Amino acid sequence: MEIKKGIAVSPGVSIGRCLILDSEDYRIPRRQIASSQRMLEVQRARNAFADAVRELSGLEQAQEQLGGGRIKDIFAVHLRFLRDRSLRRQITDLIHEESVTAEYAVASVLRRFAARFTEVKDSYISERAADVYDIERRLLRHLLGDKREDLGRLREEVIVVARELSPTQTAGFNKAFVKGIASDAGGRTSHAAIVARSLGIPAVVALEDLTEIASGGDSVIIDGNRGLVIVNPDAETVAQYEAYSREFVALEQKLDTIREKPAETRDGVTITLLGNIEFPDEAEGVIEKGGEGIGLYRTEFLYLNRPTEPSEEEHYRAYAQTLHLCQDRPVVIRTVDLGADKYTQSKRFAPEPNPFLGLRSIRFCLQNLAMFKAQLRAILRASVLGRVKIMFPLITNIQELMQAKMILHDVMEDLDEEGIAYDRRIDVGIMVETPSAALTASTLARDSDFFSIGTNDLTQYTLAVDRGNEQVSTLYSPADPAVLRLVRTVIQDAYKAQIDLSVCGEMASEPEYVMVLLGLGVRTLSLSAPLIPEVKQMIRCVTLEDCHVLTRKVLGMNSERQISNYLRNAARKVLPEAF
Amino acid sequence: MDHPVCQTTVQIKSQNGLHMRPAMQFVDLANRYNCDITIGTEKERGDAKSIMHVIGLAATAGTRLDIRATGPDAEEAVEVLRAFMERQTFDEVPPKDGD
Repeated sequence: MEIKKGIAVSPGVSIGRCLILDSEDYRIPRRQIASSQRMLEVQRARNAFADAVRELSGLEQAQEQLGGGRIKDIFAVHLRFLRDRSLRRQITDLIHEESVTAEYAVASVLRRFAARFTEVKDSYISERAADVYDIERRLLRHLLGDKREDLGRLREEVIVVARELSPTQTAGFNKAFVKGIASDAGGRTSHAAIVARSLGIPAVVALEDLTEIASGGDSVIIDGNRGLVIVNPDAETVAQYEAYSREFVALEQKLDTIREKPAETRDGVTITLLGNIEFPDEAEGVIEKGGEGIGLYRTEFLYLNRPTEPSEEEHYRAYAQTLHLCQDRPVVIRTVDLGADKYTQSKRFAPEPNPFLGLRSIRFCLQNLAMFKAQLRAILRASVLGRVKIMFPLITNIQELMQAKMILHDVMEDLDEEGIAYDRRIDVGIMVETPSAALTASTLARDSDFFSIGTNDLTQYTLAVDRGNEQVSTLYSPADPAVLRLVRTVIQDAYKAQIDLSVCGEMASEPEYVMVLLGLGVRTLSLSAPLIPEVKQMIRCVTLEDCHVLTRKVLGMNSERQISNYLRNAARKVLPEAF
Repeated sequence: MDHPVCQTTVQIKSQNGLHMRPAMQFVDLANRYNCDITIGTEKERGDAKSIMHVIGLAATAGTRLDIRATGPDAEEAVEVLRAFMERQTFDEVPPKDGD
């Protein structure tokens, strides 16, 4: 059993046999064979080696005639591998000892071997893994003949494990049989993540070397809630996960039944639940889960994984698609929040020593006006298609807000001159996610139509904690009294200025914080689609009176631990199954 | 009949470590001898006649490798392999002596 930790990008739990895809779609078939078949598999392995040697010798000779020294050397090395007795012995031993197919034995011996190289820091050596994969592919091709895996013809349920999934590969999926996705590479915005979310199957990415650890046919568990993949789990773990999976499914089904019901407290106060999305097609999921619009549309994906900036047209198409899916529901588009990442860093000559305090988000936009204006134009043009609001991220002071609004007005004037229609009364608001914005919220409110509290960054900046740094991440908590006091200030100032207020950080998606947020006066929450039903369930179980009592208590407490425990206990009493 | 163990230690000098081509040449040289030859670091040892084992050592620049041989031509084998490693910075074109 091996447990790998990655990034959870699509929730749920799946247990199944894995199908490993490499860039050429070779699939290593199920491994177990009857022990009487072992000699046959050994012979198949020998034949594959012999065929591969013959093929390579031919290639080597051809290169010799061409005088291609370097390539000839590579073939020569590969030939020595294929003739290596130790390698052959390991493969035949594996077939004999574990009664497995030749394909499985070849793939697992060579992948295990390649994994040694990837651990070596020296890139010249670590890149040798590529040679080993090449040898593996050559042998597999001889073993499998031309039986390229046709993913459209899947006939059994699988969990797809890949180094990185390409759009071509996923386009061919027979989706009825793909129960989970795991990939070595990738992030929240990688292709595997998008596909998984749109299929509603669990996915974990950034697992680094999963394809080297797992072999085709291995049993794997994908835990898309915690970001774990377990290869060849033991019986106890499988039992645990089966139970967990059943609970999860049961809870999901139960929650689905409240989809049509309003997000209303027991004493009749209505709460608006909106969705956070990154991709236009996620809007569908939000509506399906009972969301009443989009409270946070992150637009960074348009910029990532590509060499050039997106054009105004590309922005427009994405927004138009989202608005089309949302019809007359509100959509808050956040202008691009790039920074502290590859995109902005690659545009710099020297990397920033402290990127989270550096040129990111609105600051980056204000220094890259052409890019910023293209996005604003696209948002304004799309504003006639639905109910659009614009939101500026990471505002730290009034000058920034005024500057951003001035640029927006410039763009509006341009559109006027060109006779292009847009919503003149479009709402313009800000993310309140820095302590400075929270502390000057009363000033910022005069020039904002709405606030959205981004609790992730607000917590991070208030507590000076990088939540991604394991050594200090335990200090990160939205339940810290300092964070709660800032949140309260922002809410009070929004009320005084009579502008809309929502909370869109992760705090809004965790049932344990629902009561305190309601008690503080929040009436709109924006969260990721799969979590909407659970939060709605929580809302429907409480009274505003309870929330007020709880909030008064909590605001009198001085330690994060005391507050967290109190909130968790209170939530557990209200909705035990969620914890 | 028992043969004594011949042993030597060499250090990888090439910047690029014991990469594919020199590893191949090393294995080819080792395979000319009848004696049993092993090569290894402090952590692990492998068959010097197996390219998989030699490359699997992932010997980077500066790695110290210990070569041991037993058998009728062990002495010559160790000397030849040591000379190969000593001579090599692995970056110049190696001698072609009939492989």
